[in-house]
Amino acid sequence: MAAMNRKDLGEFLAKQGILVAFAVFMIAFTMANQKFISIDNVFSVVRSSAILGIMAVGVTFVVISGNLDLSVGSMMSFSTIVVLDLHDKVGPALAIPLMFLMTLCLGAFIGFLVGYLRLNSLIVTLGMLSAIHGLTLTYSGGQNMDIADKEGTWFSVFGQGTALGIPVPILMFLAVAAFLGLVLARTPFGRKVYAVGGNGTAATFSGIRRARTVFTCYLISSGCVATAGLIQASRSLGSQNTVGQGLELEVLAAVILGGASLLGGSGTIFKTVIGVLILGFIQNGLLLMGLQFYVQFVVTWIIIILAVWLDIAAKRGKLWSSIA
Amino acid sequence: MQKSTVSKALKSGAIWGFILLELIFFSIAGEHLSLSDTAFMDGENMLLLLKQSAPIGIIAMGMTIVMVNGNIDLSVGATFAIAAIVLLDSMTWPIFAGLGDGVIPVAWLLALTVGTLLGALNGLIVWKTGVDAFIVTLGSMLGYRGIVFMFNGENPTSHLNWTLVDFAEAEFLGFATATWFLLGVTLVMWFVMARTVHGRNAYAIGDNREAAVNAGIRVGPHMMINFAIIGFLAALSAVVFYSEAGSVNPNDGQLYELWVITAVVLGGTKITGGAGNVIGTFGGVIAIQLLRKGLGHIGADTSTVNLAVGLILIAVLFLDKQLNLKGKEELKV
Repeated sequence: MAAMNRKDLGEFLAKQGILVAFAVFMIAFTMANQKFISIDNVFSVVRSSAILGIMAVGVTFVVISGNLDLSVGSMMSFSTIVVLDLHDKVGPALAIPLMFLMTLCLGAFIGFLVGYLRLNSLIVTLGMLSAIHGLTLTYSGGQNMDIADKEGTWFSVFGQGTALGIPVPILMFLAVAAFLGLVLARTPFGRKVYAVGGNGTAATFSGIRRARTVFTCYLISSGCVATAGLIQASRSLGSQNTVGQGLELEVLAAVILGGASLLGGSGTIFKTVIGVLILGFIQNGLLLMGLQFYVQFVVTWIIIILAVWLDIAAKRGKLWSSIA
Repeated sequence: MQKSTVSKALKSGAIWGFILLELIFFSIAGEHLSLSDTAFMDGENMLLLLKQSAPIGIIAMGMTIVMVNGNIDLSVGATFAIAAIVLLDSMTWPIFAGLGDGVIPVAWLLALTVGTLLGALNGLIVWKTGVDAFIVTLGSMLGYRGIVFMFNGENPTSHLNWTLVDFAEAEFLGFATATWFLLGVTLVMWFVMARTVHGRNAYAIGDNREAAVNAGIRVGPHMMINFAIIGFLAALSAVVFYSEAGSVNPNDGQLYELWVITAVVLGGTKITGGAGNVIGTFGGVIAIQLLRKGLGHIGADTSTVNLAVGLILIAVLFLDKQLNLKGKEELKV
């Protein structure tokens, strides 16, 4: 009976462990500092998590399909720089669709290489990380990009505006997560993503076009990156060439924390969002406790490994691995 | 049979062919485009190139055995920075004040020990928890970087010891100290991987882990040793570089993991494990450094270097795939 209960507990933790951890964190931080749970603070955390979060939602598709995307950080720099530059050249109304188009082209290129040519996604996106960074520098000539008239543009609404009392980045984050969450969980395409990532060969034999599915995942990911770049550009109305540098690994950390397996076939948008929020609230909570920003690096390290470890420990029914 | 030998020779020789191509291209292009009077193939330029290859190159040798083993290490850049700080900071510690220049070997030893331990910690976690090395080292890349910042906040850590600088800037038989370290590490790692049981086991485990377990290889400790090796080499790279530089920023070593992995993959090591060698990696390191220097020589800026390295990496992957596809039944999708 006791063993039964322990198994149930293990299964429960394996499935919902991330939620439990999230709850524990929130309670602990709230007890340490009342300000933590205030509306203002929650809004500020979610707003600053929105950029990372939108990218993480896109990368979740790629990871579930059994691939990786290390290029999202430098791609985000690219879209930020491009939209800022075009803003002054052709006006915001035209700059935004143009920037989306250019970013989607990059995503399509990666999707073509990984999906249709079946090249290793880790190396392809590693190469693209470098190549897109070079592209951004070539485009901007290495200069910072700034909007000339910062006061008189409606472009700032995506990063700084509020609607119904809620900051626009939060609304965009929620909208993207809800829409893509539905796509992943409730459409035939979503099913195909899981099938391709779970067992590519079996998926192919059951008539799923693997290449096209993977290609679409990278398109979705780059679309998310463009959205994130839009928010970033609109928030600061000026940017360095390296604004997204290193974000790819933070994004992956959030996705992994949400429980998506790097082998593909598992993960959900909802859990990725929880992963993003955990990272955001930990960062905020530690800062509120008066600790330096780098303490969160160490805490994140411990949390990522613990999360993944407990997840697989629950699945195999043993805490320690059986590697000899 | 004949075909596979040809493709094998083509593959192992590809990186050297590529290097040759780079040399020819930059020599010819340099004559027309370069602003400087010296030729690209100038002896001193080539020696400098070898010296500048050392920081990435030394770590790449460790990455080769880790990747042949079927793992990956993303934390090398952070380990590099920690070792650098330990090296420079420990020389100012009061307990070593009486040692004079005797502090140098102590500081080296401390830095190398710390690097080895950090690497071994990664390996231990991979072994005991069974979490994928990619995730473990992604985590420790953040964690180790956090530790770097704990030393001195966002301030640089500096200490110049002139005896040490002299040693690092010395030349022996025309090669700089850093070059000798690169060559030495390459030789030792070649020996380990090609001539020892440990090296054989690395290939066996990377190729087929289950079969290796059944053959009685203790996979866990083996992987831990490899992570300790790469930690040691990341520290060695830092020690060699910062003996000369004398000052380390908390952000130093960032993106090193990407450069190192690029070099190793260019050199023909399989990301899935089981294939690759340090001679190829050496070629990969040189190829990248040639590209950086060559593009600089003909007046291109860093943006072109990034663009070129990225696209070349993808092109190499594509060619490799094409060569491997020949004669194999591939599932048509």
